[in-house]
Amino acid sequence: MKLQKGTTLALYSMLEFAANPGKQLSAAEIAEKYGASAHHLAKVLRELGRAGLVESARGVGGGYRFSGNATRLTLMDVIELFEDISTRTGESDEFDGSSDVGRALGAVMSEIDEIAKATFRSITVDTMLKLIQRQRREASAAQAPARGK
Amino acid sequence: MTQSDSNEDTGPADLRVRPVDAADLGEIIAIDAEVTGLEKTDYWYELFHRYGAGRTRQKLFLVAESGTDIEGFIIGEVRDWEFGSAPCGWVFGISVRPGARLAGVGARMLEAICDGFRHAGVHKVRTLLARDNGLILSFFRSQGMMAAPFIPLEKELD
Repeated sequence: MKLQKGTTLALYSMLEFAANPGKQLSAAEIAEKYGASAHHLAKVLRELGRAGLVESARGVGGGYRFSGNATRLTLMDVIELFEDISTRTGESDEFDGSSDVGRALGAVMSEIDEIAKATFRSITVDTMLKLIQRQRREASAAQAPARGK
Repeated sequence: MTQSDSNEDTGPADLRVRPVDAADLGEIIAIDAEVTGLEKTDYWYELFHRYGAGRTRQKLFLVAESGTDIEGFIIGEVRDWEFGSAPCGWVFGISVRPGARLAGVGARMLEAICDGFRHAGVHKVRTLLARDNGLILSFFRSQGMMAAPFIPLEKELD
């Protein structure tokens, strides 16, 4: 399952905002960090704002800050603001179901899609932040012996 | 949005997790019936017989108790060399009374059963869930569990 560019920018942005609750971040800051177009990101942030997941911050520099509930908001909730993957099936999207071969290949793709959707539905923003922290700790621990050499 | 048991909280102040006792079975059956809509009395007595308190270090059946109420239960065991996998802990049942959710009860029970697995000498815990069970999937994910290197398979038997 491949997500659209706007969707991945939305996921990056939500995790940036949720990791810094209360702090206002501008579209330009996030765009620079993830090598994205500031114009594209601004559109994504407006959509997240309309959904109530971020709120625009007035004052010097402007920007947005997190206004969602990190322990309830799932990756799927964010994804579905930008594309409808919940009804996507391998049969209809990838292969022509009018042949036996296409139907069989579609069934395999459908298996993969169902697992991907269940994964997106089961992971909250809060869980993602913990995963990011854990990976940082593991990376630091892996580097520590190397630094000690 | 999910309704997973928060792992930020550690449950009611007086919550304690302990091995199941025969006297707990009535409340366990009631919690399971409330959650699943099915009352499986014989099943729970059979499970108690096999996994109940003090059977072996490899089988764990724990309850979370607050005051005089049972708020939830968790069941698991150490499985050895299943499909070539080194011995690991398996959680195959967990439930929290709906009125006691979002308070960290599940997290406390999982922590306790993981302590039991460590005590039995294993260092990995696994579970298996229906992929449409978003509530429990989110809970285990929130506790740091990731996809295991296994794929469950099935087929219809004619």
